Amino acid sequence: MSDVIKASGLVKRYGTVTALDGLDLVVPGGTVLGLLGPNGAGKTTAVRILTTLLEPDSGTAEVAGIDVRSDPGAVRERIGLSGQNAAVDEYLTGFENLDMVGRLYKLGRGPARERSRQLLEIFSLSDDGDRPVKGYSGGMRRRLDLAAALVAEPAVLFLDEPTSGLDPRSRTDLWGVIRTLVREGTTLLLTTQYLEEADQLADDIVVIDHGRMIAHGTSDELKAQVGGERLELVVGTTSDIQPARSVLADVAAGEVVVDEDGRRLTAPISGGADALMTALRRLDADHVRVLDVGLRRPTLDDVFLTLTGHAAEASDTDSEADGSAKRDDDGRAKKRRTKEPVQ
Amino acid sequence: MSNLRWAFADGAVIAKRNLIKIKRVPDLLVFTTISPIMFVLLFAYVFGGSISPPGVNYREFLIAGIFAQTVIFGATFTGAGLADDMQKGVIDRFRSLPMSRSAVLVGRTASDIVYNMISITVMSLTGLIVGWRIRTSLPEAVGGFLLLLFFAYAFSWVMAYVGMLVSSPEVVSNASFIVVFPITFVANTFVPSDNLPPVLRAIAEWNPVSAVAQGARELFGNTSPAAPPPEVWSLQHPVLYTLIWVAIILAVFVPLSVRQYKRAASR
Repeated sequence: MSDVIKASGLVKRYGTVTALDGLDLVVPGGTVLGLLGPNGAGKTTAVRILTTLLEPDSGTAEVAGIDVRSDPGAVRERIGLSGQNAAVDEYLTGFENLDMVGRLYKLGRGPARERSRQLLEIFSLSDDGDRPVKGYSGGMRRRLDLAAALVAEPAVLFLDEPTSGLDPRSRTDLWGVIRTLVREGTTLLLTTQYLEEADQLADDIVVIDHGRMIAHGTSDELKAQVGGERLELVVGTTSDIQPARSVLADVAAGEVVVDEDGRRLTAPISGGADALMTALRRLDADHVRVLDVGLRRPTLDDVFLTLTGHAAEASDTDSEADGSAKRDDDGRAKKRRTKEPVQ
Repeated sequence: MSNLRWAFADGAVIAKRNLIKIKRVPDLLVFTTISPIMFVLLFAYVFGGSISPPGVNYREFLIAGIFAQTVIFGATFTGAGLADDMQKGVIDRFRSLPMSRSAVLVGRTASDIVYNMISITVMSLTGLIVGWRIRTSLPEAVGGFLLLLFFAYAFSWVMAYVGMLVSSPEVVSNASFIVVFPITFVANTFVPSDNLPPVLRAIAEWNPVSAVAQGARELFGNTSPAAPPPEVWSLQHPVLYTLIWVAIILAVFVPLSVRQYKRAASR
């Protein structure tokens, strides 16, 4: 299928801060691209440019074959956006929110209502559809916000950190909904800080940092870049460490790493389960007490750490634009909440 | 043509959304109506005894001035509402939809006319209770109310622009205080401008707010032939002068606000 989202050389500066520094993106139709990076990496800026909210300083971008700068109106007719803070109106009910968006997409009165009820049903909000959003939980607001992005059944969907701040249960639920959409042919660009999320949902992952692409590939390809499988072993006592190390050294494809305090040994292996079995048989023969053993594939966390030199979620040093604004919003949101009576 | 039609259709959707808020947050309505009542009573009873404009009952003189001040304060809602939408990211959603670029502003300023109509109704009733009377015909009285609403509508666009510039509702409220207080006080709203020091008097006489108040007074029949006629053109033709200002404000601030809306990045 042809490429539905194409961006090349996107640059955006805010004063002296460079949010995007020549970003290229390609998303083939019907696939999911995960845009992965820490706070302030430029993820939101990229989404804002692709959804016509922001003009790039330079570079070009096309969505559904339409240039975002020369015909933003036509792009807007084909996209759905769900941003970082659930952009739903607190004073309206869930239904009224969706109905309003439907009318603004020019669906017409009847179809807008019908579609709103349908979406409330899909997102398990039917029972609360006629209550003001003010009384909704964070997860419900997120679901409603995503529903609002889907009102016009857009061909291209942009989700900017759709699950940040959600509890694990709500996150898994939302993933389920997103998977269904993708199965039905929606092209999706998803930004996330959660490596697991990209792993779960994305066909293709672009890792960005400081506004630049630093890696690109499928989840498996990225993991392969960091290294293959590892055997991880936890032994019962410190005296078990030495014999275990010599066993692993025979089986391993590389250096054995020992964590004395955790009594943990890690070694890269190439033989998969066979190597694991061999190691276990020999450990048993040598009477080494094994508390825990497993084959561990590298996670995207490992990928991130290897590529950027810092972990994905600890990013105090470079949380510029996105990060600080988000904290601000949260602070203000809390203040507002305490001032107004709960209905 | 179809652009204009969509601007109105989308604007109506937005206006409806804003009006639902009145229903859901009744406190808002309570405060919108209490402050004008308070103003009428304060000025009528506290200052009323000490101020006596020549040839006319002070309470009759006062009411149109309070109407003018209140509807201008009402424009703060426009700015604060937009700033709030901006802060919560609702504007981002609107900007990502295939809707008219001016609809959010058209809808917001339109729904604020309703706020102003509510507060004018409440003030009129309070005024009637404390002794204010309309002494002209119905069409003239309607003209008086329309004049107030026109000016308030134009001023809403000024505050819309301010609201999108500062994008925090608290700042809008404070900023509007700084603007609205002087322009509504250095005017003939509460006292005749004749006794002001020369510089202030000149400002007050050409202040459009004076013209709004004076125009409304004339249309309600709250002026007296015994009062000395105004010496300046602006107060001799207050209705025309007000309408000129309305046209100027709209011509400047509608395009300015729409431009600001298009470029407003909420973060």
